Amino acid sequence: MVELVGKVALVTGASRGIGREIAIAIAKAGADVAINYPFEAEFENAKETLHQIEVLGRKGLIVEADVSNLASCEEMVKKVSLAFGRLEILVNNAGITADNLLLRMKESDWDKVLSINLKGTFNCTKAALRTLMDTKGKIINISSVIGIMGNVGQANYAASKAGIIAFTKSVAKEMGSRGITCNAIAPGFIETPMTQALPEQVRAEYLSRIPLKKFGTPEDVANAVLFLASSLGNYINGAVIIVDGGLS
Amino acid sequence: MNDTEILEQMKSIVSAKLGVEASKVSMDSRFMEDLGADSLGLVDITMELEEKFGVSIPDEDLPKITTVGSAVNYVKSKMS
Repeated sequence: MVELVGKVALVTGASRGIGREIAIAIAKAGADVAINYPFEAEFENAKETLHQIEVLGRKGLIVEADVSNLASCEEMVKKVSLAFGRLEILVNNAGITADNLLLRMKESDWDKVLSINLKGTFNCTKAALRTLMDTKGKIINISSVIGIMGNVGQANYAASKAGIIAFTKSVAKEMGSRGITCNAIAPGFIETPMTQALPEQVRAEYLSRIPLKKFGTPEDVANAVLFLASSLGNYINGAVIIVDGGLS
Repeated sequence: MNDTEILEQMKSIVSAKLGVEASKVSMDSRFMEDLGADSLGLVDITMELEEKFGVSIPDEDLPKITTVGSAVNYVKSKMS
C-alpha cells in the first residue's frame, strides 16, 4: 500500500486531466496537495480538484501560476511553502499540444509548446529545488511516449517531451547526492480532454496499435506517480516509466 | 556587522548545510578539503550567503570563495 501521510505535494496543471487525477491520488495516499492551474479560465476546474481533495480530508491549496514564467513559479513555490511549511513531492505535469504538420507548423506553435512543457518543467524544478533539498524530495516529470517514438504532426510536442527525459536524467545525476530523486513517466494514449479532442479516426488507429486493446486512464498514470513518490520508489532515480499498454 | 558577527553567522550556515559542528569551523577551514563540501554544496552555501547577507555573488567570483575566511572577507567587501 502506497503511503504519503504527512507529505506535501505540488502538482502543476492539476485543474483537469491527468494532473487532477494525480493530485487526487496523492491526496488519497494521505498527502496535502497544492494544485497549480494556469490562468483564470481554469479556476473553476481547479476548485473542483480542490473540492475532491478536501472531501478526502486532506488539505489543498489552489495556486495560479504560468509555468513558462520563472518568476511566476518562484511565487508559486513561496505560496506553497507559506501554506504548508515544506514540499516533498513535485509533479511537473502541466503540458499542452499545438499539433500541425511540420510544413504548416508556426514558429509560435513551437515556442508555446516548448515554453510550457519543457521550460515549464525547468522553471518549476528550479524554483522548488532548494526546498526539495531540505526534504530530500521527489521530482516526477510527466513526459510522453511521443517523446520516445516521435509522432506525425507533433514535432514540437515530441521534442518537448524528449527534452523532459534528458532533463530528468540530468537532475537525477546532479541532485542524487542530496537524496533527491528525479524520474519521468511516459504515458501513452490516455483518455483525457487532450486526447478526446482527436478525430475518431485517429483514436481508432491508435487503439489498433495498443496491444492491451484499450486506452489508458489518468488513474493508470497516477498509479505510477504514487509508486515513484512513495518509499516504494526510493532507489529509482533517472528512470522513465512507460505507461502505454505496450504501444511503444 | 563586524568580522566576528559575520563569522558566527557563517558558522551556523556551514554547519547546517554541511553537517559539521560549528565549533570545528574556523576562518582557515577550506570548504572542500576540510569541511567536505562538494561543488553543489559550495553553491548551496553561496546562495545561502546571498540570502542571509543580502549580497549578490556572481558565478565568476565563486573561485575566490575557497575558505571560510575568504567567504567572510568577500561578504564584508560586498556589504561595505
